[in-house]
Order: sequence, then C-alpha cells, then structure tokens
Amino acid sequence: MPPVTKNEEETVLGVQKIVKRIGATRADLISVLQAVTNEFGFISQTAMEELSKLMNLPTKEIHSVATFYRMLSTQPRGRHVVQYCESAPCHVVGGREVIATLKKVLALEPGQTSSDKKWTLLATSCLGVCGMGPVILIDTDMYGNVTPEQVKELLSRYE
Amino acid sequence: MAYYRSTVLVSMDPVCIEKGALEVKEQLIKELALLNLSEEVQVLDSPRLGDPETEGPDILVYPEGSHYIQLTTATIVPIVLEHFVKGRELQQYKAQMRDVTDEELSEPKEKEIRVILENIGKIDPRNIEDYIAVDGYQALAKVLGEMSPDEVIQTILDSKLRGRGGAGFPTGLKWKFARQAPDTPKYMICNADEGDPGAFMNRKVLEGDPHSVLEGMAIGAFAVGASQGYVYCRAEYPIAVSTLNTAIGQAREYGLLGKDILGSGFDFDIEVRMGAGAFVCGEETALMASIEGGRGEPRARPPFPASKGLWGKPTNINNVETYANVPKIIHRGLEWYTSMGTEKSKGTKTFALAGDVAHTGLIEIPFGLTLREIIYDIGGGIKGGKAFKAVQTGGPMGGCLPESDLDLPVDYETLGAAGSIMGSGGMIVMDEGTCMVDIARFFMEFTQDESCGKCVPCRVGTRRLLEILEKICAGNGEDGDIEELEELSEQIKKNSLCGLGQGAPNPVVSTLKHFMDEYKAHIYEKRCPAKVCRALIKYEIMDGPCTGCTVCARNCPVGAISGERKQTHVIDQDICIKCGICYQVCQFNAINVN
Repeated sequence: MPPVTKNEEETVLGVQKIVKRIGATRADLISVLQAVTNEFGFISQTAMEELSKLMNLPTKEIHSVATFYRMLSTQPRGRHVVQYCESAPCHVVGGREVIATLKKVLALEPGQTSSDKKWTLLATSCLGVCGMGPVILIDTDMYGNVTPEQVKELLSRYE
Repeated sequence: MAYYRSTVLVSMDPVCIEKGALEVKEQLIKELALLNLSEEVQVLDSPRLGDPETEGPDILVYPEGSHYIQLTTATIVPIVLEHFVKGRELQQYKAQMRDVTDEELSEPKEKEIRVILENIGKIDPRNIEDYIAVDGYQALAKVLGEMSPDEVIQTILDSKLRGRGGAGFPTGLKWKFARQAPDTPKYMICNADEGDPGAFMNRKVLEGDPHSVLEGMAIGAFAVGASQGYVYCRAEYPIAVSTLNTAIGQAREYGLLGKDILGSGFDFDIEVRMGAGAFVCGEETALMASIEGGRGEPRARPPFPASKGLWGKPTNINNVETYANVPKIIHRGLEWYTSMGTEKSKGTKTFALAGDVAHTGLIEIPFGLTLREIIYDIGGGIKGGKAFKAVQTGGPMGGCLPESDLDLPVDYETLGAAGSIMGSGGMIVMDEGTCMVDIARFFMEFTQDESCGKCVPCRVGTRRLLEILEKICAGNGEDGDIEELEELSEQIKKNSLCGLGQGAPNPVVSTLKHFMDEYKAHIYEKRCPAKVCRALIKYEIMDGPCTGCTVCARNCPVGAISGERKQTHVIDQDICIKCGICYQVCQFNAINVN
C-alpha cells in the first residue's frame, strides 16, 4: 500500500463527518454521496473505500450508485461548473445557439474539464424554470433568458 | 364588546421579540395612553406578520392594512402621532408593497379555474397559520373526526379524481388496493420528482402551498392505513425541499403530523427524500429503489406497489397535484368538485405553458377546455405574431399535435386517442420556425440519455431511433428510413419495461403522422423547410445589400466573419457555427439563409 497522503487523510476525515451527520443506513447512501460530491467536488476512490467501511457496503455497490445519478461525480471537476439546460422549452427559445456558443467559447464538450482546471461543462436536466429559458447554471448561480451574445460576459464574472 | 376604530397587531415572533418587539409594544401603549387613544385603538399580539429577519419588529394597522416595519421605541412615537392623530400613513416606515408580478404565475385569465394554485402567492408557505386561515387542515380534522377509512376511499372514488402524474389512474382505486393489502407497515409516497422538461407546476405547489400536499398525504395515509410517508423530491428543486422541511416541522409542532394526530390516535409522519438527478426516478418502481438508496432502475410490475412496494411493503404512490386535490374534495364536497371537468376527467389540471407562446407560465383549467382556448385565449397566442405549428403535450413521452387538432378538448382519453398524453402537464408550443424532425431527434436524444439501461428495447432501441434521426437531420437520410423509424417505434412501445420506454417513440410517431412532408423534404430533397437543421442550411452575406457596417463581424461569437469596413463581408463556412446571430443583427437584410 502506498503511504496515505495528506489529501487522502482529509478525505477520510471529511467522509467520516458526513456519515456521522447523515447516517450510515443503506437509505442514506444517496444523500451521503451528494454531500461528498458537494464537499470534495467528486467521489474519489479513497472516499468510496472509506464509505464502504463505514456503511458496510461493497465498493462496487457504492460505485454503481455513484455513476447512476447525474449530480454525483466520480471524476474531478473544475473550479467552476457550467451547466446548460438542453430541455425542450429552452431548446425552442434559442437554447441551441447558447449551447453552441458555450462549447466554442470554453472549447469544451459536455462532460469535459479544461486543462487549467477552471471550467467543467455539463448538461443539466430541466431545472423547472422554463418560463425564463434558455437557462444556464454557473456553480449555483442561475441565469435565465440567456442569449449567445451574453455568454462571454457571464463567464468573465468568474475568476 | 368595546368598539375600536383601529386595531394594531404587533408581531410576537421570537425573532421580533429578540429584536425588541416587547419594548416597542410597551412604548406604543404608553403613547396611545398619553394621547387618550387607548379607548379607540386596540393593541393585540399577533404571530409573525412580515419576515422577522428583515422586517421585525413590525406592526400591522387595521382597517387600513398599513404594515410598519423595523420599528424601535423611537420610531413608534411619530407613527402614533401621524397615523392615529393626523390620520396619515408614514411612508418611511412602511413596508414596500411586495412585487407581485410573478413571471411563472400571473393573475388568472378568464377561462381558468384556480383550485390547486389558488393559495400560491397569497399565503406565506413558511407559516402554517396562513394555511390554516384559508381552511387548511379542516379536511384532515373532518376525516379523523367524522369519517371511516372506507368512507374516505369512497369519497375519492366518487370524486373520480385521477392521478395527475400522467397516467390518470383512479386515485380512489389505488387507495383501495393499498388498504386491502394485508401486510404492514404501509407507506405513503408523494412523487415530487417532476422531471418532465417544461413542467414546473409541482415545484410551484411545493414552494407556494406545501401544506396542501402534506394534508392530502395524511388523509390518504389514514385511508390506506399507512404510518410513514415520504416525499421524493428532485434535487434540482432546493427551495421546494427546504420549504417542505419547514412545513413538515410546523405541522409536527401543531400536532398535525406525528403521534396521535389531533387526538384521534392516528400516527403518521413524513420525511423528505431527495433524488440526485435521474429522470427515470419519476417512474414509481425506480423511485422506490432510489428511496431505498440504490440505482433508480424500474422493475417489472406486477407486483404493484400497492401490494409490494417500498422495502417490499404495501405502498401508495401519488403525484404532488393529486394529493393537493384531496383536501379540497373532502372540504368543499363532491358536488362542487364534480361540477368541474368532463364526464371521465373531473376537476382541474395545471399546465405549464412554454415555448413560443405569448404568455408562458402556469395555468389551471377545468378539463374539457380545447387546446385552442388554452393557447390563444389563455396563452395569448403565438409570440411575435408568427404562425402556430405544433403543440407538444405531456413531456418527452408525449406527442406533437398539429393545427388540425387544436379544437380537441383536453382530457385523458382525447389526448391519448390523438397520439399524445396528458402527462404531468407540460405544454410546449412551437411556431412555424420549428423543424419537426429536429424536435423528434431532440426528444429522442433526451430519452436515449435518460434511459436507465436496464431493458434492451429502450436502451438500444432509442439509440437506433436517434441515430436514424441524426442521419436525416445531417442531410444523409435515405429511402427506407421512415419505414425503419415506424417499425422500431412499434417494437420499443410493445417491449419496454416501464413507461419511459413505452412512451419514448411518441414524439417520433406523432411527427411522422402529422408532419410526414417535412421528413420527406429532409430525406429526398435535402432541404429543411423550417431552416433549422444546420447541415441543410448555410448563412451567406449577399453582395448587394451589405454595406460593410461590420455589425455582423463584431457580433459573431466565433469570429467567422471577415471583411474591410464599407466592403462586403464574408462568412467562413468552416468556422461558422450557424448560430444565426448575424442574421438577427444585420439591419440591411444582407444575410441569406439557404
């Protein structure tokens, strides 16, 4: 076994805290994985192994749940996560042009993270604010009625 | 009883008290006494009035309804002088009128009837007393005090209430099955995994009137004999989750949830469970798998949840809007409820109007109104004066209906017969600038992506459908594609495990049925009549009208346009992403779309 790095130690402690707060039963698994994703940006191998011990579940079970849900990630993400809605109400009011511009400006395809680890581009499921489409979400900030012209300016607000 | 000309309500919210509400009240009484107004002005304690954090301490003066906020013992003095002696409102201490324009829910239009949405925006969803003041929890009290579970089920059966999640199964019958199941404990689930793109009526109800759902669940739990309830809410709705949690906490405090509800001996509690972004979890068996902490994959039915559901126990699952109907039916009676709607679809239904319609947002109508009445009379017609092309009802598993279907009445049977579905109530209006092949491709992209992958017809079938549609949109369609789309759709519909797969071909089948000409134009003429499919269109700058003003070049997000000032500009077709911005910004109509 390679020596445990400081980062891994932090992950283990963080995961322990989360499980203590939320619970260790099977029904708590999704909430726990969501909390781990929120805190560390993704669910690492170390986190999964620790969860396996704490929740008494095989890692393959945890992995299978972690990869099923869109909001859980097993891959590291960039500092800012840009999500666009690709659902029909946004699509028919100009979402397609906004998405094309986002991809071009960030030079990313959905699911990719930029090499400087600044941006991750993802498609999101419908956010239910269809009255103000097209909608994009940068981290937790929601922007509605977005036009392709606004894309560069919106992105420039993030360091 | 003494007669007062004015009544002052002082907010006794704990936060207000902490911020000095008691001192303000004392000062108020003192000032009124000094001015000999104690006989004329009544001072009463009140629960929370405004938002204690930002507005407390605050008072509300009746009959004027003036709300004075952020009060101190100093500011109360001029208010007493001005308001009660001189009869003038002191504007600087008054709360600003709340901004009541809600983009998602405007004032009801003439043909609407608001039942489910009636309290939204009118009551404070985070204050249970607001809900109680509009007769909230009266129905629960009536059920627990005067009715037997069988009477409750009979009432819901007689109301002909049908599931608002989409399939329209009679709610009373569902409850009856769950009641008859011998096993215990029984569970009550509220499906708040509103994943259909374009549908947000459930979110609005959860955020604006959460107790109506909790009350409906409690009544249902009494009827079927359930002791524990879960609201499964999608994680995309954080505000709904927090509002629900607040509402559940308050209902427990008031003895309306928990042990021995209203002293009746009936125990029932509710917990909120969150999804993590998976559309298929709206399917009931997948939803239960997700509550149990696993992958949200559907399973074959039977056994139905009523006999074997959550953790293998009898479970009743209804949608948010279905539950919200229940207290209204019990409280206002069958005669009132069944007077709305059609023979087989009673009551009202909420819809979310979206797309190219003038007024987007939520509406609520009695069943039986026509699509034309909804789109034109309530929705205000097509945005920008364009022509109507199609309306897609029922979310991604629904179908697209053309102009000739606009006079169909909206109810479960009629929409089904026309090749679409009621679904949860999304309604996407499309104008003449929409390509129906592209729309079919688009919906297939969605279902293909959201297919959980468990059964082959759905997992592989939707992918094959998508590939054919992509091929057609890319200009590579060939003879035989249409027949293959039809054949595949039939197979997927017949053989898929759950509603997602069974409904997935609907957008393809309905567009093939109503817009065959467009498919043929794409395949045989390599032409997209709506000028949407990028491979089949090209933006070009025309030599004559172009003045070389540079507007297009400056607005092009990808720098595909070049040219000297006052010279005709050129679009580099290799760089162009066909976003159409140049077309929109050109003031000389120099951009041509082919």
